[in-house]
Amino acid sequence: MKLKLKIWRQKNQNSKGKFSNYTVEASPEMSFLEMLDVLNQQLIENKEEPVAFEHDCREGICGTCSMVINGQPHGPMGLTTTCQLHMRHYKDGDTIVIEPFRANSFPVIKDLVVDRASFDRIIEAGGFISVNTGQAPDGNTIPIEQDEAKKSFDAAACIGCGACVAACPNSSAMLFTSAKVAHLGYLPQGQVEQGKRVKRMVVQMDKEGFGNCSNTYACEAECPKGISVANIAKMNRAYFSAVVSTDEK
Amino acid sequence: MTKLNAKIPEGPLSDKWRKYRSTVDLVAPNNKRKLEIIVVGTGLAGASAAATLAELGYKVKAFTFHDSPRRAHSIAAQGGINAAKNYQNDGDSVFRLFYDTIKGGDYRSREANVHRLAEVSTSIIDQCVAQGVPFAREYGGTLANRSFGGVQVSRTFYARGQTGQQLLIGAYQALSRQVSLGNVKMYNRHEMLDLVKVDGKARGIIARNLVTGELERHAAHCVVLGTGGYGNVYYLSTNAMNSNVTAAWRAVRRGAYMANPCFCQIHPTCIPVSGSYQSKLTLMSESLRNDGRVWVPKSKEDVKAIREGSKKPTEIPEEDRDYYLERKYPAFGNLVPRDVASRAAKEVCDEGRGVNKSGLAVYLDFHDAIIRYGKAEANANGLDPNDAALVKKLGTKVIEAKYGNLFEIYEKIKGDDPYKTPMTIYPAIHYTMGGLWVDYNLETTVPGLFAIGEANFSDHGANRLGASALMQGLADGYFVLPYTIGSFLSKEIKTPPISTDLDEFARTESEVRERLTGLLKVQGDKSVESFHRELGLILWDYCGMSRNAEGLKKGRELLQKLKKEYYENVFIPGTMDEYNPELEKATRVADFFELGEMMMVDALHRNESCGGHFREEYQTEDGEALRDDENYTYVSTWEWKGDGEITEHREPLVFENVELKTRSYK
Ligand SMILES: Cc1cc2nc3c(=O)[nH]c(=O)nc-3n(C[C@H](O)[C@H](O)[C@H](O)COP(=O)(O)OP(=O)(O)OC[C@H]3O[C@@H](n4cnc5c(N)ncnc54)[C@H](O)[C@@H]3O)c2cc1C
Ligand code: SF4
Ligand code: FES
Repeated sequence: MKLKLKIWRQKNQNSKGKFSNYTVEASPEMSFLEMLDVLNQQLIENKEEPVAFEHDCREGICGTCSMVINGQPHGPMGLTTTCQLHMRHYKDGDTIVIEPFRANSFPVIKDLVVDRASFDRIIEAGGFISVNTGQAPDGNTIPIEQDEAKKSFDAAACIGCGACVAACPNSSAMLFTSAKVAHLGYLPQGQVEQGKRVKRMVVQMDKEGFGNCSNTYACEAECPKGISVANIAKMNRAYFSAVVSTDEK
Repeated sequence: MTKLNAKIPEGPLSDKWRKYRSTVDLVAPNNKRKLEIIVVGTGLAGASAAATLAELGYKVKAFTFHDSPRRAHSIAAQGGINAAKNYQNDGDSVFRLFYDTIKGGDYRSREANVHRLAEVSTSIIDQCVAQGVPFAREYGGTLANRSFGGVQVSRTFYARGQTGQQLLIGAYQALSRQVSLGNVKMYNRHEMLDLVKVDGKARGIIARNLVTGELERHAAHCVVLGTGGYGNVYYLSTNAMNSNVTAAWRAVRRGAYMANPCFCQIHPTCIPVSGSYQSKLTLMSESLRNDGRVWVPKSKEDVKAIREGSKKPTEIPEEDRDYYLERKYPAFGNLVPRDVASRAAKEVCDEGRGVNKSGLAVYLDFHDAIIRYGKAEANANGLDPNDAALVKKLGTKVIEAKYGNLFEIYEKIKGDDPYKTPMTIYPAIHYTMGGLWVDYNLETTVPGLFAIGEANFSDHGANRLGASALMQGLADGYFVLPYTIGSFLSKEIKTPPISTDLDEFARTESEVRERLTGLLKVQGDKSVESFHRELGLILWDYCGMSRNAEGLKKGRELLQKLKKEYYENVFIPGTMDEYNPELEKATRVADFFELGEMMMVDALHRNESCGGHFREEYQTEDGEALRDDENYTYVSTWEWKGDGEITEHREPLVFENVELKTRSYK
C-alpha cells in the first residue's frame, strides 16, 4: 500500500519546526515503526536526513516510543503503544499525520523526540520506599491481600510514556503521578511515607510546569496501559489528608 | 596463553562467601565519601549497584544512553525470577538451585560463583518486596511461585508477565532516591565510547552527550560496567533495539578479556520473521510449552499446500502431523530445554517442512489443551463433556486465564487468533552467556574495572536457565559487588580525586573523536542498518544454532570482507555535534564486527558441543550434543591484540561438589 505521510521536522529544541510530506510503500504485516524504518532507509539512500524518533523494546513495555498519530498519542488503537501498532489497520492511499508529544514540560529534542526528564524528577521527589539494601525483613512477613496486590499492580503497570500528558488539554501529569502514588500506597510497606510522598511529588509536578486536572479523562482514554483515573481521586484524597495532618513540606 | 586466577576463596563451598564477607578489606565510612565510582548502565544490574553503593556512602556517577534508567532492556523480561526460598516446601534449597544452575549450564560455569548466587537469591526477594515490587500473591497473602523450564521445584517469583518491568522499577526508584539525596549524579542520554586507563587501572570514561553530541571526560577511582548483553550482534533478536556491546568491547580494546563469546542462547518460541523489513523478534514465553504441542506436517505436499494457502493447519488430520519433540524425546516431550527444542525446530525446517512462506516456522498448537481443559471444566461443573461447542468455550477460558496477555501480543503482531489456529514460532537469539571475564570479585583483567549482570560471563556456563538472568543481575548489583569492590577500593583510600586533565584522558578523547570523524567521512552509499542486517545474517548462518569448522572459517572471511566494505561504503548523515541516531548506530555496528569475529574464533576452537554451542562434528549417533570434558572443561577467554589478532587465555574449571554427567532428555 502507498501512504502519504505528513511528519513534523524540527532540527533541535531552539529551531522552529514544520511539517514535511513524504510517500512510502508499506505492507500490512509491518509495524508502524517498521514503516518509518522503511521511510528512513529511503531518505538515507537519497542522502537526506532520516526522521528522528525514539524506540527501544518495540514490545510496548519500555515506554520509549512517543508520537502523536493523526491527533492521537500512540495512534488509533486502544491499549496499544505506537510500536505495537501494525499497518494492517491502514489502507492504500491513507494520509497519516505524525507529530511529537506536545507539552511545555516535554521540550522537543529533534523531530519526534521529546525530553521527558521531568517525569524522572517527579519520581526523585518521592516515588520510592526508603529502604536501604540489606534492611528488608523476610518477604512473607508482609502478607498482602490478593485484591490489594492487584490494584497496586494495575497502577504499577504505567510505562512512563507520557501519552497522558500529550492527550490532556492542560498537559497535566496527574495520571502518571497518581499511578505511582497508588502503586506504593496500596501496599502496607508503602503507606509509611505516603503523606510525605504525595506532597513532594505534587509540588514537583507543579514546579515542572504540568497543568492542572480538569477531569476531561483524555489521559485515561489514550493511556496504552489502561491506567485508571480512579488513581487521581485516590491521590487527591491522600494529598488533602497529608496537607491537613502535617505542615511538613 | 596464560592461566587466569579467579581468586576463589579457600574452604568448603558453602563457607566461601560467608568467610569472604567477614574477611574482605573494608573501606571506612569517612573514606567512602572520598572515593568516586562510575557505574555505566542502569538496567537491573547497574541501577541496583549504583543505588547500593551510594547508600553505603560512595560518590557515584551513573550513565545510561537511555533517556531514563526505567527504559533499560531489563524492563522487557516476562517470566520471573528464581530464588531458593523453599516457600512451597517442595524440597528446594540453596544447594539445589546451585546444582540446577551448574547442570543447566552444561558444566561450564564456576562452582564458587554459582553457589554464591544461590545463597544471595533469597535476600533479593526480601529486598524487592520491601521496595514495593507487586509480586503475585496467594489467597492468604503470601508470595506465589511457579515452575520454569527444566527444574523439579517451584521457585520462580513473578509479577504477571511483567516481572522485569516491576523489578527494574524497584531498582530505578531506589536509584532515584539516591539521586534526590545527592549521592548519585545521573547522566542520562550519555553513551560511554571508551575506557580511560591511568597507570594500568580503570580511572574513567569518555562519554558522548547524545543530545549535544559533545564528548565528555569523566573520572573516578574505579569503573563498573552493567551494560547488558550482545545478542544484537545477530541484528534480529529478542533484545531491545538499542542493546549493544560497545561499552564492553571498548573495555576489551583496553585489555579486558572476553570469556566464552560463542555461548549464545537461542530461545525456541519466538514469533517468526515475516519480511525483509523486520526489525526485531518478539518472545513468546517459555511457559507456553506447558500446554502447546509443537508440530509440522509429515508430508511435503501438505507443507506446500499450507505455504500456498490452499490448506489450513486445522485441516491437516492428526495422523499426518509430526509432533517431533514428543516423538524424539518421549520423557520430556514439548518441555525439553531451550537449546534442544531450538535445534529440533531447525532440523525439521532444514528438511523443508517449515510452515510459513520462508520455510522457517513450526506450529505451537493449543487445540488439544483447550479440549482437555474444557472437558475437565465441564465435568467439574456438571455440564455435558460431549458438547463440543461448550467444551471449546470452557477450554478457551482456561487458556485465556493462563496466557491471555501472550495471546494478545501474538494477535497484535500477526493478526491471527491463536485460540482458533495454531501459533507459528521459530527460534531466535535471546541472551548471551558469554561476556567480560571476571574473577570472584567481579573484577575484569583490567584492575579497577568491574562487570556485572549480562555484561559479564559469570554464572550461566554454556546455557542459562529461565528466570536466572534477573536473579544474577540483582545479586551482582545489590549483594555481591558492593562487598567485592572493597577488595580494590580499600587500597585506594589515599588516592586523591582523579583529574580529567591527565594526558590519558586527552589522548583517549582524541582517539574517540578520530573514530567518529573517520566513520562520518566515509560518505558512502549504504546505510548502517543494511550493514548490520548483513552482519547478523552471516553470524546466524555460520555461528548460530549449529556450527561447523568449515562454516566458521567461511563466516569469518565473509565477515572480514563486509567489515572492509563498511569502512569504505557506509553512509552516515548529519554531524557529530548534534543529536544523531545514525552515528550512534554506526559506532555500535563497528564494534559488533570485531566481536563477531571473536565469536567465530571461539566457536571454532571449542571442539565439542555444549549448551548453546552445537558443533555438528561433535554429536552422538542420534544427533545429541557431545561434550568433551577431558579437553574443554575450562573458560576460554580472548584478548584482542589488534585487527583480527586474537589470543587465547584459559581459566580451568574445577568441579569439587558435583559430578559431571551427560544431559539426557529422552
Ligand atoms: C524478551 C526477554 C525476556 C526475558 N525474560 C527473562 C525472564 O523472565 N527472567 C530472567 O531471569 N531473564 C529474562 N531475560 C533476560 C534478562 O532480561 C536480561 O538478561 C537482564 O535484564 C539484563 O540486565 P542488565 O542489567 O545486565 O542489562 P540491561 O537491562 O540490558 O541494561 C543495560 C544498561 O546499560 C546501558 N548501556 C549499555 N551500553 C552503554 C554505553 N555504552 N553507555 C552508556 N550506557 C550503556 C543501557 O542504557 C542500560 O541502562 C529476558 C530477556 C528478554 C530479551
Ligand atoms: S499513565 Fe499511561 S499514558 Fe501516562 S505515562 Fe503511564 S502508561 Fe503512559
Ligand atoms: S518501543 Fe518500547 S514501548 Fe514502544
